Amino acid sequence: MNITEVTALFSDLSQVELVRWVDQGWVIPDAEGTAYVFREIDVARVRLIHDLRRDMDVGEDAVPLVLSLLDQIYELRSQLKAALRAAGRG
Amino acid sequence: MKDPYEILGVQKTDSDAAIRSAYRKLAKRFHPDVNPGKPEAADRFKEISVAYDLLGDKDKRARYDRGEIDASGNEVPPQRPFYRDFGDAAGREKYRSDAGFDQADLEDILAQAFGGRAPGGGPGGPGGGRRFSMRGQDAQYHLTLDFLDAVNGTTRRVTLPDGRTLDVKIPAGVNDGQVIRLKGQGMPGIGDGAPGDALVEVAVAPHPVFKREGDDIIVALPVTLQEAVLGASLEVPTIKGPVRLTIPPNSGRGTRLRLRGRGIEGRGHQFVELHPVVPPSDEPELAEFLKTWKPRHPIDPRAGIETS
Repeated sequence: MNITEVTALFSDLSQVELVRWVDQGWVIPDAEGTAYVFREIDVARVRLIHDLRRDMDVGEDAVPLVLSLLDQIYELRSQLKAALRAAGRG
Repeated sequence: MKDPYEILGVQKTDSDAAIRSAYRKLAKRFHPDVNPGKPEAADRFKEISVAYDLLGDKDKRARYDRGEIDASGNEVPPQRPFYRDFGDAAGREKYRSDAGFDQADLEDILAQAFGGRAPGGGPGGPGGGRRFSMRGQDAQYHLTLDFLDAVNGTTRRVTLPDGRTLDVKIPAGVNDGQVIRLKGQGMPGIGDGAPGDALVEVAVAPHPVFKREGDDIIVALPVTLQEAVLGASLEVPTIKGPVRLTIPPNSGRGTRLRLRGRGIEGRGHQFVELHPVVPPSDEPELAEFLKTWKPRHPIDPRAGIETS
């Protein structure tokens, strides 16, 4: 998905804002030449950030903190699953 | 459920006023009271009312447009994928936390997460430091035993990987492949968890003389022709040391003599199978005798062997 297609999913997300999210490293689309290519996981992350900013009114400076914590949880979950698998219960 | 815009014959882009006027026009046309002879008008009127109920309300119309509610006003479950659907997916790598968790970290986290509660104390009760308790892992060992050690039982000292030594009591009659469980001798438990068990798998080396059948011991005993024919009193090895055994006269190959109680301690017997040995070298006297020997009880040793 290119950036236009992504912003079209939202009624209130401008390309300028989405590019800012990318610049801040909140979303990491693949780069194809000068264009961004958003994979499914990236789009889901954009939706997540959109929810945080719009519905939950999370401030712009708090978003990186929230994302970092979420990323740590997902990392932890995957390691925990791996550990349980290793313990023969996965 | 039909599209309410379609029912009212309006466009999505039409103003609220246009929708209202479209509804009024249709309502007048299909009102049941002005159509007494048309039963289907009542259904149509209901349809129009429901449609206008949705589109005539600014909020509901907006929510319908966004797909949050359906044409009858019910909530539509969101169809969008959530980020957590990708939480375990490949491609997640780029969003991996830099913080990272190594194994020790993980154990700390587990220790805090699954802390044992103080006895009697409910969740959140007193007890402060919640600690993680888990039974220790079982430790596996292999031990190869001599045949005689296995049938008679013994104690063997094994050295564990952590340097501890452990005296393993081998019960008499242990079988090849049998696993002896030593309770509490495995890896230490975590927190208040009990230590694991040590599992010692026993291999039993074969013996040149003794064989085992269940709890019985089988010994193949070579005897001379004279001993087999005339009988004898011989010294026979048993798993507890030699004993004397009386061979009755006229014992042939395959005669099984039982030594009662000489098998696995308290359970089995020893059986002695006689194997008469024909003299390997020339015995002219014996040969001469056999030439003239007429057995009093002739036998056909090959009776019963079928060649078909």
